[in-house]
Amino acid sequence: MLEIKNLRARIANDGTEIIRGLNLTVKAGEVAAIMGPNGSGKSTLSYILSGREGYEVTEGDVVYNGASILHLDAAERAVEGIFLAFQYPVEIPGVATLQFLKVALDEQRKARGEEEMTTPAFIHFVKESAARLGIDMQMLRRPLNVGFSGGEKKRAEILQMALLEPKLCVLDETDSGLDIDALKIVADGVNSLRSPDRAVVVITHYQRLLDYIVPDTVHVLYKGRIIKSGDKSLAHQLEANGYADVIADAA
Amino acid sequence: MPAVQETVDRVRMIDVDQYRYGFETTIPVDKAPKGLSEDTVRFISERKREPSWMLEWRLDAYRRWLTMEEPGWARVDYPEVDFNAIHYYAAPKGISGPKSLAEVDPEILNVYKKLGIPLHEQEMLAGVKTRIAVDAVFDSVSVVTTFKQELQKAGVIFMSISEAIREHSELIREYLGSVVPTSDNFYATLNSAVFSDGSFVYVPPGVHCPMELSTYFRINERNTGQFERTLIIADKGASVSYLEGCTAPRREENQLHAAVVELVALDDAEIKYSTVQNWYPGDSEGKGGIYNFVTKRGDCRGARSKISWTQVETGSAVTWKYPSCILRGDESRGEFYSIAVSNGHQQIDSGTKMIHLGKNTSSRIVSKGIAAGFSDNTYRGKVSAHRRATNARNFTQCDSLLIGDRCGAHTVPYIEAKNSSAKFEHEATTSKISEDQLFYCLQRGIPEEAAVALIVNGFVKDVLQQLPMEFAVEAQKLISISLEGSVG
Repeated sequence: MLEIKNLRARIANDGTEIIRGLNLTVKAGEVAAIMGPNGSGKSTLSYILSGREGYEVTEGDVVYNGASILHLDAAERAVEGIFLAFQYPVEIPGVATLQFLKVALDEQRKARGEEEMTTPAFIHFVKESAARLGIDMQMLRRPLNVGFSGGEKKRAEILQMALLEPKLCVLDETDSGLDIDALKIVADGVNSLRSPDRAVVVITHYQRLLDYIVPDTVHVLYKGRIIKSGDKSLAHQLEANGYADVIADAA
Repeated sequence: MPAVQETVDRVRMIDVDQYRYGFETTIPVDKAPKGLSEDTVRFISERKREPSWMLEWRLDAYRRWLTMEEPGWARVDYPEVDFNAIHYYAAPKGISGPKSLAEVDPEILNVYKKLGIPLHEQEMLAGVKTRIAVDAVFDSVSVVTTFKQELQKAGVIFMSISEAIREHSELIREYLGSVVPTSDNFYATLNSAVFSDGSFVYVPPGVHCPMELSTYFRINERNTGQFERTLIIADKGASVSYLEGCTAPRREENQLHAAVVELVALDDAEIKYSTVQNWYPGDSEGKGGIYNFVTKRGDCRGARSKISWTQVETGSAVTWKYPSCILRGDESRGEFYSIAVSNGHQQIDSGTKMIHLGKNTSSRIVSKGIAAGFSDNTYRGKVSAHRRATNARNFTQCDSLLIGDRCGAHTVPYIEAKNSSAKFEHEATTSKISEDQLFYCLQRGIPEEAAVALIVNGFVKDVLQQLPMEFAVEAQKLISISLEGSVG
């Protein structure tokens, strides 16, 4: 589903190279975890996948479902089914969460040439997904992310993921700022979205999240490259010994 | 929710630099010769078949105006206006005042149809829409006023000010110029000399006006100034809601609109005045557009009276406008809700004045300025409490939103309390649509223009809620259209 080939990318403003020859393949149905110390390029990778402006790809390619997506803007990639759950979800004052969800869903459907969902059907759809994530409908009447607690923000992200039904989900440090109960709810939400035709890339600093979202593959990102790949045991190894050994081996 | 969707569709459909109402209509006109003199004033007064006292009033204003200088304190910049290059009167031939619908030139009716202004009473009656009485002002004259008879049954007078000067001279003599005196300021004085048409509303004691009233101003003729004059009086215990709308053709030269609006609320009366101002703003290079120099003031003359201004300003090349309230009556209340959107090379210097004179008076100001493109957007507001204004209260919230990095937002508050019991609060914020917000929307599949529309609509929500329902939807569309092409 996703194939990143020898990718090199830098910050457009100052030319700092962040991604330095990264290779990664994620198959449909797979849950891939990307782990790495601070400053290794984890968040940048998520932005480049989702098409954020301000980054320049200087070499290599990102192939999604058989075609390069580098020429698509962020909205077009979203319509193609790429979803990014943000580490820090953004506040939009005055725009009710429900309204935002409806606009996003309508825009995506329209771009795909599908009919807009009627309001009653939409509300029904939201209610079902919200209940599964323990989200109160009252919360969805509040402006998007404004005054939400850390847990509410992350649950709202997963709710959006559930409603937009993406093919490739990228979760950027979804565990940050969550207590253990909130973490379980969010992980359950993600697990319920696992399916043979959907891939999930979990970007995380700690192994903790991977106890709840169990990955098929684990990749260590360091200085803009994948320096080691393995199965879930690699995550446990990292938890026990830290990144130092893996980095030393790769050097 | 559907409104937002519509906004988004609307924005998509339109090309950059497209002002929807910019069409021109060719209609034979009767015009005053270019230029301003006592003869011009006489010409206008004669065309309007005014009594001699009215002519004297105008001439007096004209003579004062000759001694006055154009104010320069506003944060706007435009070439000097040549007052002798303007026609001060232009009326479709054969119309010197409102007629019945059947008599109005179909070409003019067509203009209003194109603008989406309902003039047919039957259509309105049959439909499910709310009924709205309309006074349609075309260049210098009112061409038709709907629902007049029905309003009369309730005792409400709603007619063009030209007619009112002839038919209700006692009310005009008592109230005209009583809120904005002829000597008030350069443009108000000019207006007093050459005002053309506008609406007159009188709501008798205890009457709640049975429908929304509105006036629709259209500038059509080239090189013509429009000098609107509106007077609304709500007698004791009366209430009325009034809406004004404005558009003009796209033209390369600038045109002048210098209006005066006076509101008078007696004891326990309530006036709600809403404006959706969409004069032609000029093209993307800043060429053409309307100079909108307006004096609007409401006098809460009676105890417990209330005046509320709501404005959505998206048009005009230069705007200079401060709808104000004089809180004279004890326990009276003034409100000002404003959305001012500037894009391209538009310049806006707008705000309000809340002058607290009576005891226990209160006022509230909510201003939302949105600047995009190369525009400049200034909020200028004054809140003052007189020595006798015990327990005066004001709350001001003044927010600016910047889109892009070549526009400016400025806030200039003047606060003056001469009574120690006064409580004035002022909150101000300036923010930008952040890259984070835009990226977040894009990532959810919302294209850039729709994302800006969504974020801006969120920003102005508190004010939109103040507009009558049917206009809130219209205003929301208008804001999105004005901002279209502002990003990227």
